[in-house]
Parts: sequence; C-alpha cells; structure tokens
Amino acid sequence: MRHLLSTADLTRDDALLILDTAAELARISDRPMKKLPTLRGRTVVNLFFEDSTRTRISFEAAAKRLSADVINFSAKGSSVSKGESLKDTALTLQAMGADAVVIRHGASGAPHRLANAGWIESTVINAGDGTHEHPTQALLDAFTLRRHLRDGEGDLTGVRVTIVGDVLHSRVARSNVLLLHTLGADVTLCAPPTLLPVGVDTWPCTVSYDLDAAIADADAVMMLRVQLERMNAAYFPSAAEYSRRYGLDAQRMATLAPHTIVMHPGPMNRGMEIAADVADSERSVIVEQVSNGVSVRMAVMYLLLGGAESGIGGIA
Amino acid sequence: MSIVIRNVRPYGEDAVDLVVKHGVIIDIVPAGTGTANAEYRFDGEVVLPGLVDLHTHLREPGREDAETIRSGTQAAALGGFTCVHAMANTEPVADTAGDVELVWRKGAEAGYCDVRPVGAVTAGLRGERLAELGAMADSAAQVRVFSDDGKCVSDALLMRRALEYVKAFDGVVAQHSQEPRLTDGAQMNEGAMSARLGLAGWPAVAEEAIIARDVLLAEHVGSRLHVCHLSTAGSVEIIRWAKARGIDVTAEATPHHLALTEDLVATYDPVFKVNPPLRTEADVEALRAALADGTIDIVATDHAPHPREAKDCEWAAAAMGMLGLETALSVVIETMVDTGRLTWREVAERMSTAPARIGRVADQGRPIAVGEPANLCIVDPRTDWVVDPARLASRSRNTPFAARTMRGRVVATFLRGQATVLNGVLQ
Ligand SMILES: [Zn+2]
Repeated sequence: MRHLLSTADLTRDDALLILDTAAELARISDRPMKKLPTLRGRTVVNLFFEDSTRTRISFEAAAKRLSADVINFSAKGSSVSKGESLKDTALTLQAMGADAVVIRHGASGAPHRLANAGWIESTVINAGDGTHEHPTQALLDAFTLRRHLRDGEGDLTGVRVTIVGDVLHSRVARSNVLLLHTLGADVTLCAPPTLLPVGVDTWPCTVSYDLDAAIADADAVMMLRVQLERMNAAYFPSAAEYSRRYGLDAQRMATLAPHTIVMHPGPMNRGMEIAADVADSERSVIVEQVSNGVSVRMAVMYLLLGGAESGIGGIA
Repeated sequence: MSIVIRNVRPYGEDAVDLVVKHGVIIDIVPAGTGTANAEYRFDGEVVLPGLVDLHTHLREPGREDAETIRSGTQAAALGGFTCVHAMANTEPVADTAGDVELVWRKGAEAGYCDVRPVGAVTAGLRGERLAELGAMADSAAQVRVFSDDGKCVSDALLMRRALEYVKAFDGVVAQHSQEPRLTDGAQMNEGAMSARLGLAGWPAVAEEAIIARDVLLAEHVGSRLHVCHLSTAGSVEIIRWAKARGIDVTAEATPHHLALTEDLVATYDPVFKVNPPLRTEADVEALRAALADGTIDIVATDHAPHPREAKDCEWAAAAMGMLGLETALSVVIETMVDTGRLTWREVAERMSTAPARIGRVADQGRPIAVGEPANLCIVDPRTDWVVDPARLASRSRNTPFAARTMRGRVVATFLRGQATVLNGVLQ
C-alpha cells in the first residue's frame, strides 16, 4: 500500500502492524532521546485546506520525531472553491519533491483525487476529508481502546464501542466503524435518525436511537462533536433537546460499567454533547488520545515511507 | 442533381438503394439497381431516420470555451443526429425571441444539423415569472419546447401557469425534476454508496415528488408535459401510472443513465458527476425495461460539455454533466439492441420519430419512405470503437466512456440529402 486514504483499505493484519509499530514507537518516545533517524532526508508536507491546528501539530510532531523535513502548507484562504487549487497545489508539491503529503480537505474524496489523478507521485495520507474519513483518528482510537481494554495487545474482538452523535457528517465515525469492525469490535452507532446517513443499515454495526440503551453495556463510549449550526437545518430542534437526549452528562455516566472509558476526538463542545464533569472525569481518556495520535501517525509514516521493504502489509 | 445511397438496410431490414433528389427520397429500389448522377456506396449497414436529440447543451452564447453551436452540431452529426434541441441555460439565458433566433440562425449557418432552440420557461431561469413564451413561439425559431433545464420549475403555481400557457401554440414544458430543498448541496445518489463515500445525497424522492406533482398538474389543466432525464425506478412507476390514466406525458432517459451506475462515484473522479446523478443497478434496469415497453418515450443525450478545469478537481468543486452526442447510439445498441430489448424500428421511434413529435419538428423524425426528407443516419452495428476523448468533435472532453469499447459506429449522416458525415469523418 502506498497511501492511507480509507480504513476500508486496511486488513486486520495491516491494522495490527500499525498498532504494534505505534506501541513500539511510543516506548521509544518515552526515552530521553526521542528522535529516530528513519526518515532523514525525506520531505513530508502538511497540506491543510481546513484549519485543524491539533491534527497538523500531531502530524508535524510525528514526522519530526522520525527526522523528516516538514513543510506546512496552509492552503486555507486560497480559492479552494474554484477547484483548480488542489491540482495546482499538487503540481507545486510534486515539483518540490514531497515524499509524502498529509492532506486535510473539506471535500470528501480529495485525498483520493490527489493520490489517483496523476498530478503527483507522493504518498498521500488522509488527515480528514469532508464528511468521508479520518483514518489516523480511527487508528489512534483503536490504539487507545486496545491499551485500556486489551492490555495493549492483539485485536479488539468482543470489545463493545458505542459512537454517539452526528454520524451523518462525521469522518471519524466512518473510519471508526470500518476499522473497529475489521479489528473484531462490536460497534453501535447512536444518534437522532436525522443525523444518521440513509444507507447506514449497510454498515457493519448496530444502530440505536436510544442513548441509555446504547451505553448500558458498552466498554467504551465515543462522543462526536455536534455543530450547533445543524440545528438551523432542522436536524434537531434545539441544543437543549439534543443535549438531553444525546449528551453524556454525569448522571448518564454513572450508569456505565466500572471499566467503561469515555472518548472524544475533539474539539469538544462542553455542555452540548459532553458535560465538563464527564470530560474531566477518571473515565475520560481524551487527553491520552492526543498523545497516542502522535505515536500512531509516526507508525503510519514509518511504514509507508520507511523504506522499500516496509510498506504497510510489506512486513510479515 | 440526384444521388443514390447504395446498399443500406432501412431499420435493419432488406438492403436497398435510396435515390435522393433535392433533399427528398424519390425512390427506394432493391440494392444495386438504383441510378443517379452520383452515388455513395455502403456495405449493407443499417439506415435509420436521422436522430433527433431533445436535450442538448450547446453552451453558446456564453461558454464558447466549453462548446460552440458549430462544435456541438459537428459532434451531433458524428453521432448520427440531424436535429438537436439547444437548451436555454446559456449566458445570457435564451428567454426572448432575439435569443432563440440567434441560436437558430447560427445553427443554420453551421449547417451540420438542424438546431431547434429551447426557450426558458421563466425569465433568466430565475423561477419567478414566465419568460415571453409566445414571442419565442412566434419567432423565426418557432420554439415549441420550453425548459428551465439545469433548474427545476419548483414553484407549483408557476409550473401550472406555464403548462397552461403553452397550450396556445402547442408547446410543451420539459421539466428538470428536482425538488431544490431536498437536494441542497447534493453530490450523488443518496443511499448506501453516498453513506460510505461521505457525499451529500440526491434522493430519488426529490425527482419523484416533482414528477408526481407535475403529472397531476398536467392532468388538471389538460396540458402536455415532458419529463427530462428520468433516472429512478420510482419515476418510471409514476410515468406508467400517469400514462395508464391518460395523462399527456412523455419522458426521456439519457444514455448514461441507461449504461452507468453510482458505483463509478467511488473513484471520486468528477467525470462521473452528473445531474440527476448516476443511480443504482436496479434503477438502470427499470429504465431499460421502461424504454423497451414505451413507458419512457425517448433517449435524449443531455450532452453537457464542460471545460477541463471544471472536472480536473475534487468532486464537490466539479461541474455536473457529461458529453453524450457522439456515444449515444452506441450506448443504445449495446444496452437495448444487442440485448434484444429494442428492434431497429423501435430505436428509430425512440431516437428520432418520438423526439421530433414531442418537439413538433415537422421535417425530422420522418419514416424512410418515398417523398420524405433524406435525413438519415447510417450505422454499422457490428464495428466496435474505443472512445478517445481527444478525438471527439466536442470542444470538451468530459465523456464518461473514455477508453471504453463502444458498440456500433456511425459511418454516415445525411441532412436533407447532404452528407455531413462520411466514413465516420465530418464533411
Ligand atoms: Zn436537466
């Protein structure tokens, strides 16, 4: 595999290789000498058409710890809506000799176009495209789940994960459903029917409209960000009603099993989908998700760029 | 000066010679026996009445970078067409007598096929008030088809008035059926595939709800209605119901909706982005069955040229639309003739006779018979060809069939006895 575009492209073995590599790299990161020479002389471009400081910083830290040269290319504000800019930018990056392009784009499928349109020869890593996918977020979520619920080893067979919120517009949900299923987890999506895509019945997961039932025997509850603007498009009547029916507050948290963890891909709307008491509780692994993100992104770049013999799936 | 078009098979039947004088077929005799001042020899290929397209975007005036009346009608001739209906969504919009006369005159000057302008239903396609429909009907262009295509006449009252008003000159409203609120920002067919790809859905109901409303309006006011580019199995059912009820409705399907499914969207290649969107396998099958049984009356191309930059980008930023003129007949041969679903006579009905009748074009879509105009399409249904976008006559390259092997090649086209295409080459 040359690119990471969708978690649908990852076999169970591919995914485990990434998670195991990430675990190995995390151990190294705990040592005082954090840098590895693996990608010395290679160029990684962070191409961000949308603002996402947290994701960009995570990729940047990952690339630097592998000794890559990092170029941050913020295309936001350029004429993205005109359409030419993705191609023109790609041609520029090609001329600069980028070995990998980490792309965040508001249009679903933009990383696929970048990888397949013949504009560029670099490895393409999807850092979130429109309402499609966010594969490294799903990988870091799987890494976090495995660490807490499976002692950091093997797959996620039998782990029950409930994902709550705006599934319709969520690239995190799409990537997670596919990846967690591949790793053996049982995924439940919970949302008001307006925020589930038509066709969700074909996904490898269970669907529920009832949050209390959906979290009753979950091992992990992942809350998705809900944008207030959705209210204006009649997806739900009011923030208060959303919060009452689909928000995770202290009262609901108290009904969870003792071992159940609470996750959120960030940034959070405290008081909307998640109460501050919950976000800051013992169960919350939200801060840890951020640090795991660096390890997982290091693993992805290491495996995709590390050398001729080490593409994902290339190491047995 | 007379010519003989030697050894062709009308509607795929017995080989004959067609003798043509002053643009009219004056004799039909057994192959090899016709005499005239000049001859064009063929090899037993199928001859059909020249094809008539009810739905063509020629882009001129305004977007000559994408297509001109000249390049578009050249593409039409190469596809076997002798008449196209030029849609009104140009810049400026064709919504006055002057606008439609300009298009009509430029088509006549180019001379590759007859150009019948379509007039806008509402001024500027804005959906607010009727355009001067009567003035366009009375103009030299003699407009009979009115459409806001590209946009839906979504206001029910305005649609009712348009349906009523055009009765005065035997016009027809050709509706682009798309409920705008249900398709705000829509990118592809809504269903399992859009859920997976994270692209905003264009639900079948947004088309079907408008068609259902419009057939009931047409019934209520006793008008005729034409439905553009019908794309879903549900729409077929509504048209079938309306026809059984005696409502005066006709419907078209495009070649791409007969041939392609939404699975192609998974490439995120915008060459497959079109409005209405590519649908499912079940929809494609319903369209083919409906075209075979006559529920869908015609094939219309919705030929929609776009410059390269409009497709050389990410999906959401790309324009909607596909080229169609040069590949339409091949698609129909592959999907409908080779599968035994249409005879050649039925192909002639769906691609020439019926579209000419709907558009009220008197001298097109006529049978191959003595005394009829020699508007002819000669096709070799056994020869395959590969689509090379760079070699199309259209100024644009956005064909969804690039590099695909197509069935059947148009070898010659005659417009009133004049060859516009010979040996597959523009004359
Ligand atoms: Zn249309």
